[in-house]
Amino acid sequence: MFTQVNELRDRFRDLLAKAKSTADVEELRVSFLGKSGSVTGLLKSMGGLSPEDRKTMGQAVNDLKNRVAEALQEKTEQLKAAELQREIDALPLFDVSAPRDLSRGSYHPITLVQRQCETIFKSMGFTVEDYSEIVTDYECFESLNIPKFHPARDMQDTYYLENGQLLKSQTSAAQNAIYRKYRDRLYKDGTPIKAIFPGRCFRNESTDACHENTFFQMEGVMVGRDISISNLIFFMKTMLSEVFRRDIKVRLRPGFFPFVEPGFELDINCLICGGEGCPSCKHSGWLELCPCGMIHPNVLREGGIDPDEFTGFAFGLGLTRLAMMKYGVKDIRDFNGGLLENLDQFTDDRL
Amino acid sequence: MFISMNWIKDFVDLSGLDENKLIARFSLSTAEVENEILYKGSDISGVVVGEILSVDAHPKSQKLHLLKVDAGEYGRFDVVCGAPNVRPGMKTAFAKPGAQVGEITIAPRDLAGCTSFGMCCSEKELGISDNHEGVMDLPADLENGRDLKEIYAIDDTVFEVDNKSLTNRPDLWGHYGIAREFAAISGRPLKPLETADLSVYKDLPKIDLKIEDPLCYRYSCLRFENINEHQSPLNMRIRLFYCGMRGINLLADLTNYLMLEMGQPMHAFDSRKVGSIRIRRFGKPFVFKTLDGVERNCDENTLMICNGEEPVAIAGIMGGLDSEIVGDTTSLTLESACFDAASIRKSTVRLSHRTDASMRYEKSLDPEMTVPAIGRFVRLLSEIDPGMTVTSSVTDEYAYRFPKIGIDFDKPFVDRYTGIDISCDRIGDTLVSLGFGVTRDKEKFHVSVPSWRATKDVSMKADLIEEITRIYGYDNFEVFTAKAPLYPVRVFPEKALEEKVKDLLVKRFSLHEVHSYIWAYYDDYRKLGIEVEENVKLIGATSPGIETIRRSIVPTQLCQVKNNVFYAPSFGVFEIGRVVDGFKADGLCNEQKKLAITLFDRSGDAEGLYMKLVDMISVMIGDIRHDEVSFEPASADHGYIHPKNYNKVLCGGKDLGRLGVVHPTVMKKIDKKGICVFAELDVDAMTSLEDKGIRYERVSKFPTVEIDLCFVTGSFLPVAKALHRAHSPLIRKIALVDRYTDEKGEKSIAIRLTFVHPERTLTKEEVMEVVNRIVDEAAKEGANLKQ
Repeated sequence: MFTQVNELRDRFRDLLAKAKSTADVEELRVSFLGKSGSVTGLLKSMGGLSPEDRKTMGQAVNDLKNRVAEALQEKTEQLKAAELQREIDALPLFDVSAPRDLSRGSYHPITLVQRQCETIFKSMGFTVEDYSEIVTDYECFESLNIPKFHPARDMQDTYYLENGQLLKSQTSAAQNAIYRKYRDRLYKDGTPIKAIFPGRCFRNESTDACHENTFFQMEGVMVGRDISISNLIFFMKTMLSEVFRRDIKVRLRPGFFPFVEPGFELDINCLICGGEGCPSCKHSGWLELCPCGMIHPNVLREGGIDPDEFTGFAFGLGLTRLAMMKYGVKDIRDFNGGLLENLDQFTDDRL
Repeated sequence: MFISMNWIKDFVDLSGLDENKLIARFSLSTAEVENEILYKGSDISGVVVGEILSVDAHPKSQKLHLLKVDAGEYGRFDVVCGAPNVRPGMKTAFAKPGAQVGEITIAPRDLAGCTSFGMCCSEKELGISDNHEGVMDLPADLENGRDLKEIYAIDDTVFEVDNKSLTNRPDLWGHYGIAREFAAISGRPLKPLETADLSVYKDLPKIDLKIEDPLCYRYSCLRFENINEHQSPLNMRIRLFYCGMRGINLLADLTNYLMLEMGQPMHAFDSRKVGSIRIRRFGKPFVFKTLDGVERNCDENTLMICNGEEPVAIAGIMGGLDSEIVGDTTSLTLESACFDAASIRKSTVRLSHRTDASMRYEKSLDPEMTVPAIGRFVRLLSEIDPGMTVTSSVTDEYAYRFPKIGIDFDKPFVDRYTGIDISCDRIGDTLVSLGFGVTRDKEKFHVSVPSWRATKDVSMKADLIEEITRIYGYDNFEVFTAKAPLYPVRVFPEKALEEKVKDLLVKRFSLHEVHSYIWAYYDDYRKLGIEVEENVKLIGATSPGIETIRRSIVPTQLCQVKNNVFYAPSFGVFEIGRVVDGFKADGLCNEQKKLAITLFDRSGDAEGLYMKLVDMISVMIGDIRHDEVSFEPASADHGYIHPKNYNKVLCGGKDLGRLGVVHPTVMKKIDKKGICVFAELDVDAMTSLEDKGIRYERVSKFPTVEIDLCFVTGSFLPVAKALHRAHSPLIRKIALVDRYTDEKGEKSIAIRLTFVHPERTLTKEEVMEVVNRIVDEAAKEGANLKQ
């Protein structure tokens, strides 16, 4: 009988070594340890043995049974580990560097720059106003202290329409309406009018890399009691530092615009060279960025605000120009050119 | 305008001050200085007075001469010179060996076999004029060997002021006005302008003069004779040249010099041609030949200076050819006048001829300046040509005087406007240094505006703020934020909607935002066979092919799609932009804001593309207003629209706009293989939709009942209508299960309705009641249940 046990052990050893999968192992388990398996059969066949032999033989068969069970368990684990490794190995290395079609959408660069400016001004309590593109002579000129035949009208090549209206040549055209919209609250408790109005402007001129007949500006006004030149410089410096995301130096120079008095040209330190002087700033270290000033008393008066009681500042930021500076756009015509190969680069640029 | 610092220093002592810093200060306090400052004469050194002792022929050259030049203490030099005007005994500018002349360092060098030790120089070579006809011919009394820079003002600092920054400052169009600014900036006194005493001529006869037109404010003139000098002194010519003008002859140079010095344009007539001066306009257009020989068409609004009836000059712009002073003129009539600025400006535009004089006149010059300018002219002329005689008294008609302006203000006003504390003394001193008359009682000021600032520039308190602060210096300001009551900032619904729409279309639907022009481009439309719709017109656009404002963004967008067909086989663009729908009842343009979307695709699946656009619109309205859109067939109203599948977009009873397919004729011109679908929605209509908000409902824990219905119909529309009318709160979900066409060609649509009750298990009866109503309503719309 011991021979049978040994034979069985040897046979099991051979078969186990040949097992290739957990299924093979399961088959082995059934054929050795199952109800009609070889080891089970051996146990069953011990009925005819002497009690002595049965005891010895029982130990040997049980020993075999345990060893077979252990060996099966061990083999199963080995195979599972191997199978897992094979599964891991089966996953190829992905080629992350290959070009992919992301088919992402894009914003117009003006939208991005405009949003950045709006976010900054909103955080400082400015409302963001919208205004029509077609305005009257009163809105664009008369209400801004630019009467008929004023030389300042020559500076702006305006698109007039057949009914006497015009395509607004400057966002300032919204000033009058904004003063009227908010002046009640200003008079009620002195809450300053703080508004920005981004918008599209039009100039009747031929286009080239630096000139467009359709472009974006953003006007801003703040009117209240005791709004001062000091406040103007503060707000401009703060806002521009936020826009360019670094500490910006500003300087004011006298500038003449009929709707402000005093009027200024605002320069910022050159972003390319940091103020050392380079070709971009014509070696001056400064870039002329935006006109601004204290709102002319006539303009306030025209908006229903008493200039003896309230003062304010206004500024006009060229959004298109800002976008050119920010993104290094060299040809202004790219903005309205509508070529997606240019425009699809502006995916997102939030503050 | 070029400014010579030597000239400025005639009027204000700037010794000991850093010139570059002053100029930088001027740029920040007064007017923009162009970046490059010119240091004239800095490239000239070692040029001395040399006397040509002898002139001999060059052995090998016809043109060259061999000179012996005496340079005083520096010795005698052999010089080879090619100038035609050399002669023995002549004194000239001699650059001795080691001298610097522009980029050349003078060293002995070989010229056709002879060695030249030094160089005789022309004015052009020294950079002091453009005269290169010969070497300089200097006065005989100059000492040999003396440095030329000690004799002539070759060294000078010259900077250019941006004319645009001077538009509102008539007083800054001459050096004297600029000098006043330098005086104020530096805190040094401004010297008075030295003029001749004109009262000595008061007994001489007057010139026959009459202003016959209110556009002439003042006309002053004086007559001279016996002028024998014809060339201006070199120092005067150097200044003119450094300031961008060419020397012509003494009289022309003097008028130019006065203009550059005082800002007062002057004109010299040949006295033989102007007996009686009349200033007037003519009733009808005529042709006039100006002194540059050009015939110009003057219209009836052009103010003219006339000799009796005969025009001799266009007032304030340019003299006539016939009355110009010529070589033999010994008697001249000098004009110093002031004209209406707007009139000069308009004439300049009409004639398209802008001159140095008109540029100044159109800024509103100070009429008080005309007579002092004559005084200055006489002073300078008598120094140069003491033999000249004045043959008339100053004849001066002063027809219009600007009102004198006085302004009162107090220190609190300045504090409020500036936000900082500028002392009363500083306020007073600044204004005085700029020529304002100031009387002060503690914090109260009374200021009289000088005539040169009173023609338009300074008229009110705010103008004085500018004077005070610009000299104080904006970079010296302490800056503060503002103190004020604070309220939450409202975001306007329209703005919020636009931003959401842009985000949605870009981020979820991968569209590209584009911008386009507000007008129709004829050429681009024509290429696609799209007709420009009749609409509001632009007047006089400079760019060709634009005249009509667009009524819709879609045609423009189709043009843009055409330009991008090679970008990708499938893409979409959108724009939120303005259009104009004719005029409103009040005559103003009916401007509207639209959202236009165009999708382009080459896969051939028109329905798929169209449904993508439908989804976009549904998701958009769902996101921004938590509401549902519906679609209704519309009839195509433009040639570029496909007659089929043109739909109205409706929501909350409002017409939001249209969506459709591009007509095949237009589509073929965009791209032969592609399909385009478009939508144009009204932004204001979308904004005005009520936001239904998020309505939360907890999922029912009771079982759902699903009912499938199959209707015989090709279109979902009757089913949609039925579902709308038979609406029940028990319907939780409606889904399209299938649409198919059977063997007989009958089209049908299968839908699945999911019913649930929030609080209990549904009964068969209540579900069937709703189902039956839907079936009945669908039948009324012509969609029967499939048997």
